[in-house]
Amino acid sequence: MTDIIAEANQKALEIIQNAQPTLVGLGIAGDTLPGMRKDLILHAGPPVTWEKMSGPLRGAVMGGLIYEGLAQTPEEAAELAASGKICFDPCHHHDAVGPMAGVVTASMPVWIIENKAYFNRAYCTMNEGLGKVLRMGAFGESVIQHLRWMEQTLYPVLKEALEIHGEIDLRNLIAQALQMGDEVHNRNKATTSLFIREMAPSIIKTGASQEDKVAVLEFLNSNDHTALNLSMPAAKATLDPVGKVKHASVVYTMARNGTEFGIRVAATGDRWFTAPAEIIDGLYFPGFTMEDANPDIGDSCITETMGIGGFAMATAPAIVQFVGGTPQDAINYTKSMYEITLAEHPIYKMPSMNFRGTPTGIDIRSVIETQIRPVINTGIAHKDPGIGQVGAGVVRPPMACFEQALEAYVELLEADGLLE
Amino acid sequence: MALNDLFTQELKVINMGLESFHDELKSQHVQTVQVAWKPRAGGSQKMLSLLNKLKKVSSSKEKAG
Repeated sequence: MTDIIAEANQKALEIIQNAQPTLVGLGIAGDTLPGMRKDLILHAGPPVTWEKMSGPLRGAVMGGLIYEGLAQTPEEAAELAASGKICFDPCHHHDAVGPMAGVVTASMPVWIIENKAYFNRAYCTMNEGLGKVLRMGAFGESVIQHLRWMEQTLYPVLKEALEIHGEIDLRNLIAQALQMGDEVHNRNKATTSLFIREMAPSIIKTGASQEDKVAVLEFLNSNDHTALNLSMPAAKATLDPVGKVKHASVVYTMARNGTEFGIRVAATGDRWFTAPAEIIDGLYFPGFTMEDANPDIGDSCITETMGIGGFAMATAPAIVQFVGGTPQDAINYTKSMYEITLAEHPIYKMPSMNFRGTPTGIDIRSVIETQIRPVINTGIAHKDPGIGQVGAGVVRPPMACFEQALEAYVELLEADGLLE
Repeated sequence: MALNDLFTQELKVINMGLESFHDELKSQHVQTVQVAWKPRAGGSQKMLSLLNKLKKVSSSKEKAG
């Protein structure tokens, strides 16, 4: 005889383990995302107002408004954003996720991922590459021009190429990459390489000009993070059905907007539990220090929520050169995540852990009981708008998110008459 | 083994609790391991009370009945 919580958590776990996230196409956000429209800007993390947005998120919003042609200058964009004429909403409320600032506007192309096991979809913009990019809060002319190139050249070529190629099984792609030294959050070298290997022949077969095909292949090859924007919506598509499991104590969302960190738990559905986002302990690029850093930002920790990224650090020893620490630290991070999760993933396995599966199904009870918070490895954005990435490191959610969640969880079970 | 014999041979220490004991021994080149340990729920009475309530959850059979 099992108890209600164990039964619900088993159901949540099976949903994560059985998910089949699959890349099925590309579309334009305005035509594809539920509820998307021209005067709506989506952002990473839990809900936040313009007044409370951090520098990099404000920068990305300003860039997004310029890209959409709704403003001509950064000043005009800031004025419009503050005017009340533009609506803001989390990506997560529109079946989407976005790295760092996570800004999505109506004209942006998005990857479409379908979870073939549960028939739900998730969306994510295409990765812009490194350097001065919108997701890090940069909004200069080069950033906007690059976004236009992505919409006018990269998008149609990849859309046609994917139609020629057919769907791509992302679970398989992630499983292979985890065995090739990626943790599939901050290290995506293997994932991106495998993706290019799949797609390159189809890109060549498109009707695009030789020049455009070369530009697309060169861009994909220049950007190790191309596949991050596939693994993130794959994780989102995997986890969203967990949000409907009554009475389960499993976390199905972790996300940050640069001001607050938020989590959502299966039993309490759409409700966010938030606390101030923390500053990241990490390695800073030359010329920058912790003083320049914005608090934690981005939806990318949806990968950790699924049990990869920081949870799979042991399989990616090279990542410590980017986020700090030693290969032994990476193994310790993964080992400690088994303390707060329900089980191991049957497909996502790590050679360095003797092929153990990645730690799967974060249980809020275990986080509170052990005081071990989930480990996330992440990029660090400059605190001011318009500058961009200044480093990378390791961060954890505030414990207050889990404390609030546990309190609400107990109240809910009491209200449902399930506690003695 | 007599207690006094313990201190005449090489010590291998597992330390639980105050980390300064571990640090001090380490500085004297004694082989020591610090156990990563925290009191349950960090000792928070409020959180402990919530966790204890969850231990009294109904079984699925009771719910069905």
